[in-house]
Amino acid sequence: MTINLFFQHLANAISLGSLYALIAIGYTMVYGILRLINFAHGDLLMVAAYVVFYAQGIFHLPLLPSVGLAVVLTTATGVIIERAAYRPLRNSPRSTILISAIGISFLLENLAIVVFGGRPKSFPLPQWLDIGSAAQIGQVTIENITFAIPVVTVTLLYVLLYIVQKTKTGMAMRAVAKDFETARLMGISVDRIIAVTFSLGSALAAVGGIMWSMKFPQINPLMGMMPGLKCFIAAVFGGIGNIAGAVVGGFVLGVVEIMIVAFLPDVSGYRDAFAFVILIAMLLVRPTGLIGEKAAEKV
Amino acid sequence: MILSLSGVTMRFGGLVAVDGFSLSLEPGELVGLIGPNGAGKTTVFNVITGVYAPSAGKVALEGRDITGMRPDLITSLGMARTFQNVRLFSQMTVLENILVSLHRRLKASIADAFAWTPRYQREEKCMREEGMALLSQVNLADHANARGGSLPYGSQRRLEIARALATGPKVLLLDEPAAGMNPAESTELMRFIQKIRRDFGLTILLIEHQMRVIMGISERIIVIDHGITISRGTPEEVSRDPKVIEAYLGVEEHA
Amino acid sequence: MTPKDLSIRRGIIFLLATVAVAWAGGDLRAVGVTGWDSYSVRIVNLMGINAVLAMSLNLINGFTGQFSLGHAGFMAVGAYTTALLTMDPVTKKMVYFMTPIIPPLQNLTLPFIVALLFGGAMAALFAAMVGVPSLQLRGDYLAIATLGFAEIIRLVIQNAQVITNGALGLKGIPAKVNLWWTIGVALCTYVLLRNLLQSSFGRALRSIRENETAAQAMGINLFRHKMISFLISSFVAGVGGGLLASLLTTIDPVMFKFPLTFQILLTVVLGGMGSLSGSVLAAAIVTYLMEFLRIVEEPRTLGFLTIPGIPGLRMVIFSFALVIVVIWYPRGLLGDGEFSVGRMLNSFRRMVTRRRAAV
Repeated sequence: MTINLFFQHLANAISLGSLYALIAIGYTMVYGILRLINFAHGDLLMVAAYVVFYAQGIFHLPLLPSVGLAVVLTTATGVIIERAAYRPLRNSPRSTILISAIGISFLLENLAIVVFGGRPKSFPLPQWLDIGSAAQIGQVTIENITFAIPVVTVTLLYVLLYIVQKTKTGMAMRAVAKDFETARLMGISVDRIIAVTFSLGSALAAVGGIMWSMKFPQINPLMGMMPGLKCFIAAVFGGIGNIAGAVVGGFVLGVVEIMIVAFLPDVSGYRDAFAFVILIAMLLVRPTGLIGEKAAEKV
Repeated sequence: MILSLSGVTMRFGGLVAVDGFSLSLEPGELVGLIGPNGAGKTTVFNVITGVYAPSAGKVALEGRDITGMRPDLITSLGMARTFQNVRLFSQMTVLENILVSLHRRLKASIADAFAWTPRYQREEKCMREEGMALLSQVNLADHANARGGSLPYGSQRRLEIARALATGPKVLLLDEPAAGMNPAESTELMRFIQKIRRDFGLTILLIEHQMRVIMGISERIIVIDHGITISRGTPEEVSRDPKVIEAYLGVEEHA
Repeated sequence: MTPKDLSIRRGIIFLLATVAVAWAGGDLRAVGVTGWDSYSVRIVNLMGINAVLAMSLNLINGFTGQFSLGHAGFMAVGAYTTALLTMDPVTKKMVYFMTPIIPPLQNLTLPFIVALLFGGAMAALFAAMVGVPSLQLRGDYLAIATLGFAEIIRLVIQNAQVITNGALGLKGIPAKVNLWWTIGVALCTYVLLRNLLQSSFGRALRSIRENETAAQAMGINLFRHKMISFLISSFVAGVGGGLLASLLTTIDPVMFKFPLTFQILLTVVLGGMGSLSGSVLAAAIVTYLMEFLRIVEEPRTLGFLTIPGIPGLRMVIFSFALVIVVIWYPRGLLGDGEFSVGRMLNSFRRMVTRRRAAV
């Protein structure tokens, strides 16, 4: 393995890890508040990608407005899903709401197949992000997009952490995650906070989805399924309900995946399976995740 | 000594729920455990019945160490409990609730159940008869085929006790059986508890907030606050103990 | 009615029903009976298989309350096992043209019933391995873990070229299945599972669903019983997979992805998680609708107008239906109990007056 190749793999690993981290945050925030695995979260990736595709391709909007539109529409989708399919089931047994989430995920995917067609489409890339436009650092060549992703991710993380730690809304989010009833008694509108949580998570997923499509410019209706599952696993790995944990989990998963492809090419056919292996090992050895908290259940 | 706890400590992260708790029960006794809310009483029950493994200390049933043993194994050794929040199998019938407790004594195999062999049918018949007999003893036989969740609250509590009885225990742990009952119902309950102790030869450990009930039927009382034992003795002694009065500070119910 | 009377009655119904369906399906051609055309027969065969699959998923998800999403994996194991054990050596040589099949399997051909049971057994074996880690997990985690395992199983099948022919799949599986088999197995499954669920074991499983902590306190070994339910469920799923393989005569790893589990889950939810006859009824309905809705996916001509078909619309309708059912009618068609005219009427009355069923 040459130095060049190694650094490329490393850069890819960090990039992929960033993308997983962005998406994992949405899972962990929703789980922290609702104890729900939002199966449909991964599909929001896909929604954002297609919005940009059509905004640029059909309506000829430049990049930034397209991205803005995609983020808005994806966020709206996330909030609508919560309102329509999850809120009515808040007092139902957990399996019911899980089924609803699975149903919504399927609905999104199949709706996309019907509306957009099942064949993969080529994602439009701006000049400076096009494949082949790369930067040179010494002997190492790294694509521009691979650089851009971690930068954007870190920026967004800072913004998110600011919101969660320093604003009243963020405090309310943390309160609701700890205890619904108490938060309600304190005058917090639980419904509103849940909507805010979904918005933030969906917005991050939207950005993640757009950047994903820039790195892997073939989009299709099912593109969100596997990353979605992997990102949930990343969130569990880092400690579900814990934002820092989701970030760590996302990075670890991304790095491990690329390392497998890089150093063990023979088993790369199983690259998706490894995420599940990690999950199962995790759940057995340390179910609260790397940075998780022990949740005591009242008997 | 049929049940003994020595130096039981239970920590949840930084919180010490129970600290160095000790207790010994002689066969046939009826002992009460009282304390303000959050004192650690249910935690003690959970440690005894294996729901939690204690951070320190030992639990022994008839001399046998059962510390941290799985709850279903502890039940098969002869200890049963009820819960603070009624945990009936509400979608199942009253009789079925009882029959679940009899399941572990089933001798027929699962193949017998699949094929509904005569051997299985005989056992099923026996189980149902035993279940109905128990329901008669607790005056719930008329409701045998009603859904567990459809019973009035007082009957649900009685069913929960009956369900625990069906496991054939030597020691019975009752967690706030009179919760939510009015004076008439709780008097009925007091008689009921004394009756089952007699009829089934039980040793009973009882958690209860209604002072009239617990002072009325317990032979002796242990008072616990913030996980520590603050008083022991007969109901009279304990009710006069200044430490106990201080712990409750006016949260007393008058008979 | 004593249990003995009940089982005799059940046996008679089982026998009569099998004969009736086989009669209608024309499988009594030897005695000069002709019945349905082969398309209808295929649909009914599928209904039977889906009923088997739905009942098995209901056992673990509905009755025991353990939310497993691994069904497709166990079906795959059963399908491949049955296929490999029934295909004749000549076909095997042809199908495994890229890499030959491993020697022990090359010439091994067994009677259909043996192959089916073996398929179920293999599925149960995999379930044992999956269940040990997974069944210790709570609700949502169990779902993801079983989903993960199903995907791992599928990937193993896809990569084990020398055993399964990998991504190329298997063709030329002998079509041994007919109405006797599908309806027969479905009825058998129904009777056996009903017996189990009405027995003490059934009560133990349901108590786990109702309240695990209390069940454990009443002496129920949680892990053991969850495992029993899981093993039985996957055994039957394996048999169902085997029947499916024989019906379709072609299988490949791609068909055992999550959408397959989804379809069965939908069937179980629709029929009522906790009603065996509900699963059978829902299986018939869903199978029929799957076929019927093909219409919306193919172009149609109305006079001089050609309405283009919309591929994929079926699945949109089904996923939408699942969400609607789970929000508005979570008890499904038959809720917690078994089929009876009164119950069906109640169900319709509830739906019509749009009163949300009490959870």
